[in-house]
Amino acid sequence: MVRRLLAVAVLTLALLAGRAQADERFIIVASTTSTEDSGLFKAILPAFTARTGIEVRVVARGTGQAIDLAKRGDADVLFVHHKPSEEAFVAEGYGVERRPVMYNDFVLVGPRNDPAGIHGLTDAAEALKKIAAAKAPFVSRGDDSGTHKAEAALWQAANVDPVGGWYRPTGSGMGPTLNTAAAMGAYTLADRGTWVSFANKRDLAVLVQGDRRLFNQYGVILANPARHPHVKAADGQAFIDWLVSPEGQRIIGAYGVHGAPLFFPNADQTGA
Amino acid sequence: MALTDLVWTRPIPFVEAEPSILPLALERVSFAPAGLPLIDDLSLNLTAGSRTVVLGPNGAGKSLLLRLCHGLIVPTRGRVTWGGVGNGHPRHAMVFQRPVMLRRSVAANVEHALKLRGLPGRRERAAVALERTGLAPLARRPARLLSGGEQQRLALARAWALEPQVLFLDEPTASLDPAATQAVEAIIEVIASAGTKIVLTTHDLGQARRLADEVVFLHRGRLVEHAPAAGFFRRPASPEARAFLEGRLAW
Amino acid sequence: MNDFGSAAVLAFNMVARVDPELTRIVLLSLRVSLSAVTLAALIGLPLGAAVATVRFPGRRAVVVLLNAFMGLPPVVVGLGLYLLLSRSGPLGALGLLFTPTAMVLAQAVLVLPVIAALARQTATDLLEEYDEHLRSLGATPLQTIAVLLWDGRFSLLTTVLAGFGRAAAEVGAVMIVGGNIDPVTRVMTTAIALETSRGNLPLALALGMVLIALCLAVNALAVVLRDAVRRSGH
Repeated sequence: MVRRLLAVAVLTLALLAGRAQADERFIIVASTTSTEDSGLFKAILPAFTARTGIEVRVVARGTGQAIDLAKRGDADVLFVHHKPSEEAFVAEGYGVERRPVMYNDFVLVGPRNDPAGIHGLTDAAEALKKIAAAKAPFVSRGDDSGTHKAEAALWQAANVDPVGGWYRPTGSGMGPTLNTAAAMGAYTLADRGTWVSFANKRDLAVLVQGDRRLFNQYGVILANPARHPHVKAADGQAFIDWLVSPEGQRIIGAYGVHGAPLFFPNADQTGA
Repeated sequence: MALTDLVWTRPIPFVEAEPSILPLALERVSFAPAGLPLIDDLSLNLTAGSRTVVLGPNGAGKSLLLRLCHGLIVPTRGRVTWGGVGNGHPRHAMVFQRPVMLRRSVAANVEHALKLRGLPGRRERAAVALERTGLAPLARRPARLLSGGEQQRLALARAWALEPQVLFLDEPTASLDPAATQAVEAIIEVIASAGTKIVLTTHDLGQARRLADEVVFLHRGRLVEHAPAAGFFRRPASPEARAFLEGRLAW
Repeated sequence: MNDFGSAAVLAFNMVARVDPELTRIVLLSLRVSLSAVTLAALIGLPLGAAVATVRFPGRRAVVVLLNAFMGLPPVVVGLGLYLLLSRSGPLGALGLLFTPTAMVLAQAVLVLPVIAALARQTATDLLEEYDEHLRSLGATPLQTIAVLLWDGRFSLLTTVLAGFGRAAAEVGAVMIVGGNIDPVTRVMTTAIALETSRGNLPLALALGMVLIALCLAVNALAVVLRDAVRRSGH
């Protein structure tokens, strides 16, 4: 009996240790669902790992959660898309420095029959006003993500307080929110990266785009080793340096779905 | 049934001269769970050598008496004391009406009991016990697939292997057919003749006549008679025992 | 119906050409869930048998607790474990967050009450039958626990399989403490969640079918083993 138990215990330890013994060089990047769901990381990370030998482990959460993760010291690098939050992160001493990496834009998507009649508008706030007035169903991320924050800013610009049965926060990632909107025939705000690569569009289409306020900038920050000593500063910085390097920028720009680029590199654009 | 011949021809090892744990004394013992006296103010002295059969109608407290003696239940009032050496516990064993068969082989059932009692030479002792009960050919069979009679013989082998000075048997043949009953009785005879004190309950008067040296007769939790078997069956002293022997006492 | 058809074709194709990514995910799923179940069984089986055997104050409360914890919400377990394993948490220095080990721990915590509670029930039923026999032989509590575990082995195997089912099907806890990192901590369930959120519903469904097939295979294997042992008579 005892011998049997011992054998099982040893087996368990062997299973658990299976991976740990390989000595690995890796960093953890807290990023957003949009970069993960759009397939960007899968496309660009092999080039970085091949060049440096550093494995990049991406934990994809909403921007708010990703920032929280980094604040607790659970990530070496933060790669998100909400400039005010990112700047606050650095200002509070959690991050070393914010570097702009790339941008794309948000799009207002909705059912093709467009009950609120917003198709073709170039003023996103105006479009939201019409949706609210029509009480047409609108699905919100509601998860403190970058997209959610952008949406909140637009409602503010529209001077509308979105409450009522037509406004449905899902509290989930971009993909699940799009699934919900597709199933309900509702409007929603999506980042273009996720939207283009999203495979379950059904009757949804882009109805409003091109508003300057729909601009979606991504920034990258090294977690502050002064705050969390275990942060892998050198390897994290190597990743950041590569993202903003000509090679990294070229590879980001080259990634697209169905021939359409999803992200536009702009690391050279100071102040972005 | 060649079983009787078989058990007689085997030498009986492991029997050592050792001080007896008997007599067993019950002094004014009551057992009354929830205030209901199932055994009521019972005093009894059991001595070495004789085969004691506990008789009485259903509900008289026969099984409870055995369990009190064996230490499986604790008296509400009164004392159970082993007059001989130690507290006696490892030197007495019990066989139940429905034998508990562990989910393992016949041999492993015996070996496990020996292990729990901390006895050495388990394999050999078990083999001898199985041979003496005619179960050796079934040693590797799963115990739970044995017939009822075989299971009770295994329970006897298991108890016997412990070399108890006292063996309690609670209606050991209650659910067996005549052939199996005969085999079990034969084994009990051998165990008794090897020097083990037998205390047995039964509702089978024929069995009581065949096995008893003395009779303990209970009625409604009380000791009514404690007498040599011959006298008890010929001329019971109490009206209850008389009624019981004549089949007029249902409970 | 069309969705299910195309998902089934997709699942078959992935399995048939031994898709390397799928293989990796399946192997990791198996490793994590089997480790978690082994860990939980090593603790839960003796624990369940002990609760059935040993009388102690508060025993009924422990039984109620075990039964209630069978339905422990995975997300809550994940969150609790995350707060423990986070660099800012008490166990942060171990650096276990976002590793398979963290996922094993999470699933083990989820499965432990299931195994312990079901084992307790099995042991209680068995003890009802064995109690007088064991007490007659003077068995110690430890010896009693050993007998109950060994003699209850066939029922307990089912218990462990139930635990494996819960572990393998769980997504909330491993998502939080594992992070669904490709390829380090991506298992079947988190991969399904990811593909669902990417709108690849047929692919997600196909992965689900593979997961179900996997659970069926593990259960079938266990049943075959058990019957083989039973046929041999023990």
